[in-house]
Amino acid sequence: MKIVVTVKQVPDPNATQGLESDNTIARDREVVLDPGDEYGIEEGLVLKEAQGGEVILVSMGPERARDAIRKGLSMGADRGILITDEQLAGADALLTAKALAAAIKAESPDLVICATESYDGSTGMVPPMLAELLDMPQLTTAKQVEVSGSKVTIHRQTEDGYQVVEAETPALVTVTAGIAEPRYASLKGIMAARSKEVKQVGLSDLGIEKGEAAETVLAVNDAEARQAGEVVEDDGSVGVEKIMAVLQTAKVV
Amino acid sequence: MDFQLTDEQAAVRELCRDFAREVVAPAAEKLDREHEFPYDIVRRMGEMGLFGLPFGEQYGGAGGDFLAYCLAVEEIARADAGVGITLEAAVSLGAAPIHDFGTEEQKSELLPDLLAGRRLWAFGLTEPEAGSDAGATRTRAELSGTEWVINGAKQFITNSGTRISAGVTITALTGPREISAILVPAGSPGYHILEPYRKLGWHSSDTHPLAFDGCRVPEANLLGKRGGGYGQFLHTLTGGRIAIGAHSVGLAQACLDAALAYAQERKAFGKAITQFQAVQFKLADMAMEIELARTLVWRAATGYMRAPESSGEVRKLAAMAKLYASETAKRCADQAVQIHGGYGFIEDYPVARYWRDVKINEIGEGTSEVQRMLIAREIGAG
Repeated sequence: MKIVVTVKQVPDPNATQGLESDNTIARDREVVLDPGDEYGIEEGLVLKEAQGGEVILVSMGPERARDAIRKGLSMGADRGILITDEQLAGADALLTAKALAAAIKAESPDLVICATESYDGSTGMVPPMLAELLDMPQLTTAKQVEVSGSKVTIHRQTEDGYQVVEAETPALVTVTAGIAEPRYASLKGIMAARSKEVKQVGLSDLGIEKGEAAETVLAVNDAEARQAGEVVEDDGSVGVEKIMAVLQTAKVV
Repeated sequence: MDFQLTDEQAAVRELCRDFAREVVAPAAEKLDREHEFPYDIVRRMGEMGLFGLPFGEQYGGAGGDFLAYCLAVEEIARADAGVGITLEAAVSLGAAPIHDFGTEEQKSELLPDLLAGRRLWAFGLTEPEAGSDAGATRTRAELSGTEWVINGAKQFITNSGTRISAGVTITALTGPREISAILVPAGSPGYHILEPYRKLGWHSSDTHPLAFDGCRVPEANLLGKRGGGYGQFLHTLTGGRIAIGAHSVGLAQACLDAALAYAQERKAFGKAITQFQAVQFKLADMAMEIELARTLVWRAATGYMRAPESSGEVRKLAAMAKLYASETAKRCADQAVQIHGGYGFIEDYPVARYWRDVKINEIGEGTSEVQRMLIAREIGAG
């Protein structure tokens, strides 16, 4: 089975975040493999270990995004493709999806695994666009994935349980953080990653024209400050009922 | 000159940083409080390959270099100094002498388990009355038939008494002014691992006094040349000191991390205390000294990689790195507690633990005074 996992390098979630003047995310700081992508890589590796095959990491980003691919390779993925092009700086979701689709199409994978959204941009739009561009069925927010023959079945996370969804491969699956605990790379994995291939391609290699941006971020506003909480005075009789009523209204119980 | 890490070194650092932050740090407070040895963390570090990091693949090592190993020690110590020293002692003092001086039989018998972290090996140099003055060693080993008969005692021996401790390399007098190294497997008759110490810090590490009471091991357990013990442990301690330098940098960084985070949150006179120059200057000095200490450790480590026979220049750099980094860590721990004020004196915050943990860095693997003696000797004074 040939599995493509899309990965992205993002600003380190453990460091302070910032925006450029044009509301794109500042990337002049410590960057890491998107923690959300580690779940996708882990699931890809689990499927490969069970059924054989190959895990290919595909990323779009500046040249240093190679480090994010390397990390996935040291976890055990087989090879990587880095789409890098100056014209892609600040690319919106559609252009990103087009570039990824072109690189992935050339591999004809059985399964494409994405995180549900990136840690930094968090639009969540790239995986559905990618599925459309690849003409694949999309199975989203999976907390479990099984592949049997040419069928992929997922448990789709919902608010109060899960749905079982099935499709023919090739298909695209987005996975949640609950799917599998990502492994730590081993030192041997790090050393082995040295000799694994990371192919670098540009827009012209993929036959893509940049074109007009489909979306522009007009403004980024701070979230509203949290309102003061509701104070329940307990007179010794109805305090608990009042608190329960508040919690039920808020749908937390 | 280029201070860039290689891809592999950077990857080792990132891996260890993630593992330390996600697995080691959350366990540290309990390990410290309950004086507990972290078997599960050690097993996982072993599976990742950390115990075999700077060794070749022949005996199961990862084929990394010495600087990558120092980066690993720094990151683990940043989360828990006791776990950091468990790794450092297992690699620099346990496995390295066997790797560097062992026979083929000794290496193929012992190293696979040690480099995988399944077993730990200890190094017994210090004695009750021979610390800095290692020449004053009194433990004796005499050949009786085809066995060494060992009598004496060793003091403050890390990794000697865990459930996975496999043995200890000791230094012993095998003749007049003749010091040799001998491998003593756990369970050898007459080898006694005594009750663990009640330590000021490093509570998650394992430390015992050892007694040898007519202890018998095969003649073939001699490590390296008979009479070569002194030269061998000087070599072992050179690498060990650089690694302790890295350990100290990790501890110092932990102090800065904690102090900065606290200072950004803590308010006094209506604003965060990071707005006060008195606090800013402390933090700036900590950051600068940590960077200096780290640079010196990297320089010593790259020197050691080029000249593992430990030239005078490398011995000097190793002493400087160990000395400067440990004293930096001590100052950083002091300032981190100071910035925390009264909260620094109670165990609700990690800086009290850092303060207790750091003192031994100025003592173990050569005191600050011994490092200054070595540096003075290497620059031609005395």
